[in-house]
Amino acid sequence: MELARNPLRSLAAYLAEGVDGTLLAIALAIAALGLVTLYSASYDQPGRVAGQAANLAVALGAMWLVARVPPQALMRFALPAYLLGVLLLVAVALFGDVVNGARRWLHVGVTRFQPSEMMKLALPLMLAWYFHRREGALRRRDFAVGAALLVLPVLLIARQPDLGTAVLVAAAGFYVIFFAGVGWKVLATLAVLGLASLVPLWGLLHDYQRRRILMLLDPTQDPLGAGYHIIQSTIAVGSGGITGKGWLHGTQTHLEFIPERHTDFVFAVFSEEFGLLGNCLLLVLYALLVGRGLMIAANAPTFFARLLAGSIALMFFTYAFVNMGMVAGVLPVVGVPLPFVSYGGTALATLFVGLGILMSVHRHRKLVQT
Amino acid sequence: MRLAELRDHERELYYFQLRIGFAGAVVLVAFALLFARFFYLQVVQHGRYASKAEDNRISIVPIAPNRGLILDRNGVVLARNYSAYTLEILPAKVRDLERTIAELGEVIEIQAKDRSRFRKLLAETRTAESLPIRTRLSDEEVARFAANRYRFPGVEIKARLFRQYPLGDGASHVLGHIGRISTRDRDRLEELGVEANYRGTDFIGKAGIEASYQQELHGTAGVEQVEIDAAGRGLRTLARTPAQPGNNLTLTLDIRLQQVAERLFGERRGALVALEPQTGAVLAFVSRPGFDPNLFVDGIDPASWEALTNSPDRPLNNRAIAGVYPPGSTFKPFMALAALELGKRTPRSTIYDPGYFVFGERRFRDSKPGGHGSVDLYKSIVVSSDTFYYQLANDLGIDAIAGFMQQLGFGARTGIDLEGEASGVLPSPEWKMKRFRRPEQQKWYPGETISIGIGQGYNAYTPAQLALAVATLANRGAMLRPHLVSHIEDLRTGTRRAIEPALVKHVPLRAENVEFVLRAMAGVNKEGTGARAFAGAQYTSGGKTGTAQVVGMKQNEKYDERRVAEHLRDHSLFIAFAPVESPRIALAVLVENSGFGARAAAPIARAVLDYHLLGKLPAALEKPAPVEEPEDEAAD
Repeated sequence: MELARNPLRSLAAYLAEGVDGTLLAIALAIAALGLVTLYSASYDQPGRVAGQAANLAVALGAMWLVARVPPQALMRFALPAYLLGVLLLVAVALFGDVVNGARRWLHVGVTRFQPSEMMKLALPLMLAWYFHRREGALRRRDFAVGAALLVLPVLLIARQPDLGTAVLVAAAGFYVIFFAGVGWKVLATLAVLGLASLVPLWGLLHDYQRRRILMLLDPTQDPLGAGYHIIQSTIAVGSGGITGKGWLHGTQTHLEFIPERHTDFVFAVFSEEFGLLGNCLLLVLYALLVGRGLMIAANAPTFFARLLAGSIALMFFTYAFVNMGMVAGVLPVVGVPLPFVSYGGTALATLFVGLGILMSVHRHRKLVQT
Repeated sequence: MRLAELRDHERELYYFQLRIGFAGAVVLVAFALLFARFFYLQVVQHGRYASKAEDNRISIVPIAPNRGLILDRNGVVLARNYSAYTLEILPAKVRDLERTIAELGEVIEIQAKDRSRFRKLLAETRTAESLPIRTRLSDEEVARFAANRYRFPGVEIKARLFRQYPLGDGASHVLGHIGRISTRDRDRLEELGVEANYRGTDFIGKAGIEASYQQELHGTAGVEQVEIDAAGRGLRTLARTPAQPGNNLTLTLDIRLQQVAERLFGERRGALVALEPQTGAVLAFVSRPGFDPNLFVDGIDPASWEALTNSPDRPLNNRAIAGVYPPGSTFKPFMALAALELGKRTPRSTIYDPGYFVFGERRFRDSKPGGHGSVDLYKSIVVSSDTFYYQLANDLGIDAIAGFMQQLGFGARTGIDLEGEASGVLPSPEWKMKRFRRPEQQKWYPGETISIGIGQGYNAYTPAQLALAVATLANRGAMLRPHLVSHIEDLRTGTRRAIEPALVKHVPLRAENVEFVLRAMAGVNKEGTGARAFAGAQYTSGGKTGTAQVVGMKQNEKYDERRVAEHLRDHSLFIAFAPVESPRIALAVLVENSGFGARAAAPIARAVLDYHLLGKLPAALEKPAPVEEPEDEAAD
């Protein structure tokens, strides 16, 4: 009866079911700023904005679907997704496509994709599932297993080489281990060990990766080579001032001084044109998004849901922090997109699927608590 | 128990939420640090960075590589580059385009042609690149603009390399032409993953060798670090990685032979393909009329484009590989070979030719009224008896004909190194089934087989296919892929890479059958339909005339050339090879709507053979027009 009387409203209700308005509103606000920025950055490639809008539509669809899957059902995907991810990473290492000197892409029929991208969600999913099964009886040994589950894909990704994604995947896994309750002492020991291992790790890095880190210390050493990205993006941010140069008026952007201005360095475009005020707005939006995510984690019904939601919330933070830090010249240049802003369909889809998982966790918070 | 479990659970949750709180704090601190960094850059250091942005002067400019040259087999330059100044407008930086162009016209002459071309380019390009409004400026014009430069922001003089084809329309269908990179070209380059190498390049091969060897000719782009002013104008070069020029191509073509052949065609339409049978090297490749590829170099103006595309002579159509024609009687030697190979005729089989062949109700007429009388296989080729081949086709049947001809490459692309090759039609019941929709059209009627025997009916081949079939026959069954490029020269390393002859296949033929057919073709030039054209030749040669009907004649209707519209007149064909013992050249000539093969096509073939084998220029070239021969010439 009601359905017949007001089909539009019931359709809206159907669509809204499971979708968390707050999370969605924050993400869409950031995405809107992103489209506006992309419009300015892509003056020579006008198709980019429409392309990103289409990516956004697809990503929203994926989010909507995932949001309707209860966390208990998600658990069933954990092991298969992880195994498939590792398998694909091995496949990439064996017969992936080389683009810009890195073997990251796998051909699937007509299109190609980066299996490392799916690891960003598959790894925390796997770890959360593993710890959940051992809930209440977690020992050191379990954390060691967790660490091993983390290290395997991270090494495969770092070898491609794709340092940025490796860091992100490692972080996502680490957050699960942290929330699962690994001891502070262990963490402290790891931190010390980690610092000590920097020296041998340095030897494993590729030349261009070393140069990027050295450049950070003194970008003026090689102003036309490796330091170019950092110098130009720092100039873009700094010259933006408090209010920015105004939309479409960034000289760094429009005189083509900013490299990768649609993707990894899109924040330089934003910062140049919207200034410190714009940056603050963006920081607040990200803080709200992460905060909301952490709140959802705190109220999650199961151990699994808690760990997963906490990890995803911090993943958003990590993306944003690493990207903005890189553009502002305080973190090394690694290929990390600015979440919800950088051009690219795969990254956007991953982010929105992450949102969908948060929404699903939020929606089912009451079911088990009572 | 349960209470303890619950307490455990609560404690666990408490610890978890503690860690959530800790994480939240870390996030806030991290964002605060970022804010501090932004504050430092955008407020404290703002002045410093603002001035840095203001005089940010290093721009990375791609350098387009020099396109490789195209030379003929003797080193004659067929396509080269020259440097010239162009006046270019960056549309994104100009507020009122019309006014700017009008004002520019006061400083430098800009014709209506230049304007319309600029507008066409503007409509075609998606990216914000600078577009030429005038090309090939004189030094004086450059100086005049330089003095007025301040009036025209967004307008610049640029030194660019232009392609030049010194021979004009000579060999135009071999060379093809370049043109501005279109959106579709860009997409293709992106698909190939080479778009970075095309930054700074405006042109790309669009047709002919220029297109099919684009990757070889292009080279590797260089980079220049240029100091620029606030408006983006270059002041000084700081560092430079030079571009690497593209590879030079040496063709198999002998351009003098090519020009002899082209001049022999005169104003007539048609095609000629001459091959070296042992290697597949293309010696001459004519498609007339040609076009002037220089027109395309800086973007063709709409008027010239209209003229080229709307001409009824279709000069942009590469007739040699994309035009399909019935082979007419030039098909007969291959039919004779099929008869011998398949055992349907022997050299001694004789028929009586009364001047027609009756099939059911239908009467197929011989082109010679009254017929040739008693005809054996040799004579059937020499005098070109239609009746003989009507009967033969009927005896062989369509499946046997199609099966045999397919081995000789009929109805398939030759694989020549040019784009846009047509495959033609080798008629067969299967082909008809695929080609037509309605069931009554799909059926193959036995009557249709009859005219296949004399190279009519559904037969449709490109001149290149015909030439390859002749070359394969002359080469005693060894088919070599025709190719136009003989060497690729890398200027960086100085190495010359030869394109090796590629054997497509060895057609299994019995030697005595091949020799018989070649001997009969030699008879054509000695005592048959080609004798007049080859009178006094100082070498042995084989040939076959052909006359291909454009319109079908009704039964009992007489073809009268004078009463038929020019474009409906018969095509004149000739195939030839020489010397007979070890052929150095094999060719196919087609002259559209020029009647008997012996009249128009055979003299061209003779002259090309003379020039290639003896270096002798044909006397016909001195005469203004081809001489009209009397009508009663050998039947064909």
